[in-house]
Amino acid sequence: MKTVPELRDMSRRDNQPLTHLENADLMPLAIEDREWKTLSAEARERYAGALDDTCALNLPQPKSMEEEQALVGKFLSGLDKLFTRENNWTFLQPLVLTMEHCAKCQTCAESCHIFEASGRNEIYRPTFRSEIVRRLYFQHVKHGGLYSAWVHGTIELNWPLVARLAELAYRCNLCRRCAQTCPIGADNGLVAHELRKLFSQEMGIAPKEIHDNGSMLQLRVGSSTGMNAAAVRDNIDFIDEDISDKTGVPIKTPWDVEGADILLIHNAGEIMAWPENPGAFATVLNAAGISWTLSSELAGYDSINYGLWYDDAQFARVAIKHAEAARKLKVKKIVLGECGHAHKALAVIADRILVGDLRIPRESYLTMLREIVMSGRIEFDPARNDFPVTLHDPCNMVRLMGVVEPQREILRKLCPRFREMEPHGVDNYCCGGGSGFAIMSGHNFPDWRFHVTGRKKLQQVLTAFADCLEPETPKYLCAPCSNCKGQFRDMLSYYGLWEKNRILYGGLIELVVNAMTAVKPGFIDWEWR
Amino acid sequence: MTTLIYLVLYAGGIVFLAGAIVRAIGYARQPIHLRWEIYPVPQGHGGELKVMIPEILFLKGLWEFNRSLWCLSYPFHGGLYLVIAGGALAALNLTSLAGAVGVAGLALVLAGSLGLLIRRLTTRTLRIYTAGGDILNLVWFAATAVLLLAGWVTLPPGTPGPIAILRGALSFDNGVAVSPLLAAGFISGAALIAYIPMTHMSHFVAKYFTYHAVRWDERAAGCVASRMAEYLTYRPTWSAPHIEANGERSWAEIATSAPKGGGK
Repeated sequence: MKTVPELRDMSRRDNQPLTHLENADLMPLAIEDREWKTLSAEARERYAGALDDTCALNLPQPKSMEEEQALVGKFLSGLDKLFTRENNWTFLQPLVLTMEHCAKCQTCAESCHIFEASGRNEIYRPTFRSEIVRRLYFQHVKHGGLYSAWVHGTIELNWPLVARLAELAYRCNLCRRCAQTCPIGADNGLVAHELRKLFSQEMGIAPKEIHDNGSMLQLRVGSSTGMNAAAVRDNIDFIDEDISDKTGVPIKTPWDVEGADILLIHNAGEIMAWPENPGAFATVLNAAGISWTLSSELAGYDSINYGLWYDDAQFARVAIKHAEAARKLKVKKIVLGECGHAHKALAVIADRILVGDLRIPRESYLTMLREIVMSGRIEFDPARNDFPVTLHDPCNMVRLMGVVEPQREILRKLCPRFREMEPHGVDNYCCGGGSGFAIMSGHNFPDWRFHVTGRKKLQQVLTAFADCLEPETPKYLCAPCSNCKGQFRDMLSYYGLWEKNRILYGGLIELVVNAMTAVKPGFIDWEWR
Repeated sequence: MTTLIYLVLYAGGIVFLAGAIVRAIGYARQPIHLRWEIYPVPQGHGGELKVMIPEILFLKGLWEFNRSLWCLSYPFHGGLYLVIAGGALAALNLTSLAGAVGVAGLALVLAGSLGLLIRRLTTRTLRIYTAGGDILNLVWFAATAVLLLAGWVTLPPGTPGPIAILRGALSFDNGVAVSPLLAAGFISGAALIAYIPMTHMSHFVAKYFTYHAVRWDERAAGCVASRMAEYLTYRPTWSAPHIEANGERSWAEIATSAPKGGGK
């Protein structure tokens, strides 16, 4: 029988993982499972924070006890700062409420897709992480004495605990489904978010895909893809040509048009990985006669904002760059393309820090697209979309932003064989790629994410298409978010669901263009990419 | 003795109120956070009440998401509501009804707290997150209910019961004789009431903030502009190099400057 990890195990000095998952432990899947790639012995030896079967951060082992103590000291100083208004006014109130009022009823665990998919493994329980932080809060921030220690419990603070906590902060998708079901309103997703901030903002610890190759690169070059403005314009020119040929409808993407009604900001990953998406936007906006533009300002052409997941300063810097691009062009509003976290970052979370002339209206493309589709300005033939379609709800757009119906109205109008996943809307499950996981690819992290974080969603997709899983019927998984698409691309490919079951993934606007009577039939070409 | 019990009851009530107010003020004075809502967000006070009333009266969230725990938690909370209702009825001089409601409430509190305690101690996934305080809280409730119920059941004929004592406390009639068991029950109850605001059990205060001020706070930036302007002048001291916070640069200065270097 396997040992169930307990809180105190997090302080173990043996640098051995607290748990190991086998396929047999996991939530059953309706398809044949695959063997995991294991974390190499060298990585186990080399990196601190041994927690489970994978490694997200590559934390170097301290070389001496003095170094260990210095790191623990830095962690403590960061923990203190998390609870001061000067350092953390951004989330202090919800964090303190969560620290002080969890009833430990474990209601949240039942809603967590990671906990469920892992076969209810204790370290993935939402309160496992939070309870450690809570004990540290009462011990070291509130300076509780012996009585407080007895009332709240204690945990040994040492380097192994700090390192494991850093890793554990990256075993949560930040989908906040747990917070949605907490009767008290405590938010364990927020605890993971705040822990990530502590590690990044105080200790400079963050996954390199999110920080070095993510927000830092974006702030230096303009995009986390590494594309500068000239490269993006070249790519868009190529996309314009390609999509014009494909659709028979000439398009020319407008750049830096001062006074345009709309500044459209794509996730620049679309331009590289799914060029048909920005091409489809241009086709629809031109056909609808919208006054729009892209921006070639630094970060003005890439809506991603990875700071949302781990660092308030990086988050604010990128959000301000986006707003500055819009201000410079004097547009009426910013419209966010198919990227969930960019939606929440710029439209919701940044709302209160965009002050003065940076307070420019921001809108989801979903509401704009619904208006276009329903207005009658474009003629559609829904028969062109006569294949099974299901919709994945990106957490950031639905539960965390409240945009639920526009995408459904479009699908009901244009896709005669649309079917919902269950549950859906604000009760959806994360794709498993949320909070940066979709772009984190070190060691065997992708294997962990396919087997554990994406498992529940994969099961939902298979259930939604249960009546037509045969390969003769092509099926479309509509995922109107770049990160979700990245996760689906990798996960469907990993399980061979395109080859075996003809499940294709893609965005929403591609379905809209596919149904436009003015374009050549077959915009969706049923090829894997 | 009677005077002492009354004083303890008054003190318990005063500490409870003061503790709850201090806690509420503490939360209310914290900075307005960045928007962090969870949808659906009910619209207007009417919309919020439509969610909060079933949540307060019936623990609707627990019913929906953790039914087996609700079966224990609801009797406990429902019992507390009945005890409060019994006290209110006593104040209105509806003594018979107050007695019946109070006894039912205490019985439910006892059953609920024992049920929650047993479940917490026998369910591994609850037990490993349980600290001394969690056990203390439930034992204290159960013990108080036992003392009050036992005091009531063993009351010699003609002796003032809990309702008469409560009414005596309200009118400061210290001629009411209090039996030792009821005295212990009232003292325990008063101390427990005073203790609640110091603990996570003050979630009746916290829930206003977690729901109204976090989950449902979608106030537009314009409504909080002056507070935001103040926060943007704060001088953080985060020490990671890319933040470039030295305790002198303001939040606004940091947010409007690009970090040096970085990016592979």
